[in-house]
Amino acid sequence: MALHRMPMLISVVIALILSVLPLPYWVSVGRPDFLVVVVLYWAIMSPRAGGLLLAFLAGLALDAFKGVVLGQHALALTLVSAIAIKMHLRIRVFPILHQALTIFMLLVIYQFVLYWIDGASGHPVTTAWRWLPAFTGAALWPVFAGLLGFAYQRT
Amino acid sequence: MVSFRTDTRPILGRGPSVLLRFVFYALICFGLMWLDERRHYLEKVRFGLSAAAYPVQVLVNSPGAAWSWMSESFATRDRLSHENEQLRERLRDADLRLMRLDALEQENVRLRNMREATANIAERVVVAEILRVDLNPFRHRVIINKGAPDGVFAGQPILDARGVFGQITRAGAFTSEAILISDTEHAIPVQVNRNGLRTIAVGIGDLSKLSLPFLPTNADIREGDLLVTSGLGGVFPSGYPVATVKALKNEPGQTLAEITAEPAATLDRDREVLLVWVKTPPPEPEAAPAPPAPAAPEKTP
Repeated sequence: MALHRMPMLISVVIALILSVLPLPYWVSVGRPDFLVVVVLYWAIMSPRAGGLLLAFLAGLALDAFKGVVLGQHALALTLVSAIAIKMHLRIRVFPILHQALTIFMLLVIYQFVLYWIDGASGHPVTTAWRWLPAFTGAALWPVFAGLLGFAYQRT
Repeated sequence: MVSFRTDTRPILGRGPSVLLRFVFYALICFGLMWLDERRHYLEKVRFGLSAAAYPVQVLVNSPGAAWSWMSESFATRDRLSHENEQLRERLRDADLRLMRLDALEQENVRLRNMREATANIAERVVVAEILRVDLNPFRHRVIINKGAPDGVFAGQPILDARGVFGQITRAGAFTSEAILISDTEHAIPVQVNRNGLRTIAVGIGDLSKLSLPFLPTNADIREGDLLVTSGLGGVFPSGYPVATVKALKNEPGQTLAEITAEPAATLDRDREVLLVWVKTPPPEPEAAPAPPAPAAPEKTP
């Protein structure tokens, strides 16, 4: 079991690195939430191995890296993962475009929770650009699903 | 597609439902947020987490660091001699000014002794490197490679070679988080170097701009005026350049002018910054009449 989780953990660590990798400003604004998409992928494909605990821990890691209030990303990520796990059997049989739309919806919910907690903790970021990662993340979903498919074959 | 290979547990009796587990984690998250944001109980936890994050940050930082090391090692002779020439020139200018500075400093000390007042003077300076780690494109925060064991503390001022850069928001085990003066949550008390007019420079989330929102339209301030730290608020030492006034806009119906200034520090290009330890002046004697102007509040994030 522990061995079977290796591809999942490796992909999560890579996604974490990608989400703090320095990029030029205009790329960085539209940087997809790599870690969120990866966690959602595992929530859909393997909901019991990569379930809410994975989402919670990945969220805490994001909180620690980004230096925001502890629990912010963790809450947002567990929420969207819970929705994804609830719907995982349906999402799996969706056509890829339909899947991307579902991911878009989940990413918007994720951003909304972050937006809400940002405001509640007194550090609001009100620019409309903050919603851009939801679009880029959903647009890149086929790529993510393809790449992570290789990792999934090995679980 | 459907596969249970990853799971050896029985299909029936899978434990609590997703909803129940989500509520459990959500409660933990709310608890964490409350403890962290409202009670500030989690400083120790954050300290540990920042230490745990350090290896990944170093890993993320390494390609950029390796690249600058490479480009430095393989720099052409031309470029180096050009740079050398420039540095020589700057050193000559600096030396010239320094000659006068010594005399002025002595004079300043004498004058201050007469007034029995001490200015807060930078006591110790340590060079820190900014790690190439992206935090949030909408917030101007950086991670630097010095932590609490090096004596870094929250609220410590940071300068670069040209002016004020920002201040520390959180000191960790190996790294610290800093806020730039251009962050929307940062404000710094400044004064116009020409006439001592005091105000506050507020970040607006643009690396090349600060805003001075609290000056009336008839304030004596011009384009090109140098803004220096006023030392009020007790975070930044006084007299360091912050910004130059770039644009003034007076709307006829408004009481306050719209003034923007350009930061003196090269906020977007710095790789190395200076951490400053300030010698704080002894408290002013009680008998001295308080100045009528209210002290500028320091917004600390």
